[in-house]
Amino acid sequence: MLLTKFKGKEALIPQLKGKVFLVTCHGCKEVNLSGAEHEAELLFNEALASQHINGLLTADYICNPEYLQARFERFADQVREADTILVFSCGVGVQTIADAFPNKRVIAANDTYPLPGFQGVTPLEHDCKQCGQCYLNLTGGICPITACSKSLINGQCGGAKNGKCEVDPNMECGWERIQKKLAQIGRLDALKCPVQLRDYSVDAKSE
Amino acid sequence: MRITELFDNGEFVVTAEVGPPKGIHVDHLVEEAKEHLSGITAVNVTDNQSSVMRMGSLPTCVLLKNAGLTPILQLTCRDRNRIALQSELLGAAALGIDNILCLTGDHTRMGDHPGAKPVFDLDSVSLLHTVCQLEKGVDLAGNPLVGEAPKFAKGAVVSPCSDSVDAQLAKMERKVMAGAEYFQTQAVFDSEKFIQFMEQAKQFGKPVQLGVIIPKSAGMAKFMNKNVAGVHVPQWMIDELAADKEKAKAGITGVELAAKVIKECRPYCQGLHIMALGWEAKVPELLKLAGI
Repeated sequence: MLLTKFKGKEALIPQLKGKVFLVTCHGCKEVNLSGAEHEAELLFNEALASQHINGLLTADYICNPEYLQARFERFADQVREADTILVFSCGVGVQTIADAFPNKRVIAANDTYPLPGFQGVTPLEHDCKQCGQCYLNLTGGICPITACSKSLINGQCGGAKNGKCEVDPNMECGWERIQKKLAQIGRLDALKCPVQLRDYSVDAKSE
Repeated sequence: MRITELFDNGEFVVTAEVGPPKGIHVDHLVEEAKEHLSGITAVNVTDNQSSVMRMGSLPTCVLLKNAGLTPILQLTCRDRNRIALQSELLGAAALGIDNILCLTGDHTRMGDHPGAKPVFDLDSVSLLHTVCQLEKGVDLAGNPLVGEAPKFAKGAVVSPCSDSVDAQLAKMERKVMAGAEYFQTQAVFDSEKFIQFMEQAKQFGKPVQLGVIIPKSAGMAKFMNKNVAGVHVPQWMIDELAADKEKAKAGITGVELAAKVIKECRPYCQGLHIMALGWEAKVPELLKLAGI
């Protein structure tokens, strides 16, 4: 199970560039206790006035790429026009959308926290460790916690060979993927962010 | 003595690397280092290199220091969390070890205890940041240290011949931002690649020591090409090592090849870091041939 928690308007506004398309997921609704959807609506209504937001898609299980494609069909024009896609979901949903729209700036609106119990129905190729400090906005929508075997959050180690991880030659180096993705979406500036430190004491209840 | 003072004076700084033993007898290591490495500036002491359990880096550093050498403490993030790393740094400073090299470390699966828990609470970048905090007199949690703050020469590593050189440069920049004052590189066999790398790395304004391995045989070169990240031995070197097996076995070919790389790269770097891998005895000869 998981909980999502809104990162807060202050943290997100600087991440939004150009026209913004909003996606909210209520797939794991029974465990989505954070009120993130409500926050999304508020942000949506507020931003409509400034005309920065050009559409809102509310769906369940956006982590399923096939459903996702069908759902996005109706919004093809808006999504094409959008520079940013702001996603209210767990980390898996954000990664699925970042993967589906490789040239868009895909931004996670939430941090994802764990709850004991059933893990959800989705994980396909993407994984979210529910670290409560979602890094996807710094890494082009590729999770450094799950895509890097050392879960490094400050860049590549020296262990990649021919683009593969030192631990598993069948696994692509997560940070090489991140580097390429950031270059592709023109966001290499994200690598100049302050030194990142994990906080293992965080949980959804802490502020 | 902090080796950053030497870089600041424009000196060409030569370091070498030794690995502590898997056991408690270090006499041999200290004697070898005294005999063959006392002519160089400082000696790196590895930290459970390749994730293979050995004696710790810090006690070995102290033993080398007592023998009159200048040790560099290698510190990886694989085996200790932020509390243990800071504690180790304070201990090092108290024992007079003031040169450090901060690394993320190989994964535990690469070594002889593959079932061990990989820690990686910090990484090379956040470890450098942590050292800077200690130098300011506070720990990573912001608590004040008692008395004088430690001061280190803070080194880091970079891999110039990596096939993801953009990611390596990005990481190097983050290390500089986090407080790295000098860099040692992974072993270089391709001077041209190193020179191209330095064209970009020089913007960071930090001294870079060229990583050097004396190639022992064609087999070793091929093994490194297949298995060692960031290392590429060009085919012409492999051919040369294979051409005269006796000459290669005696170390003559390897020393010649390494000296050639050093000569070609010297105008572009600020020092050397020699990983002798058991051929410490050949280091003086290599330096002589390279004109250092």
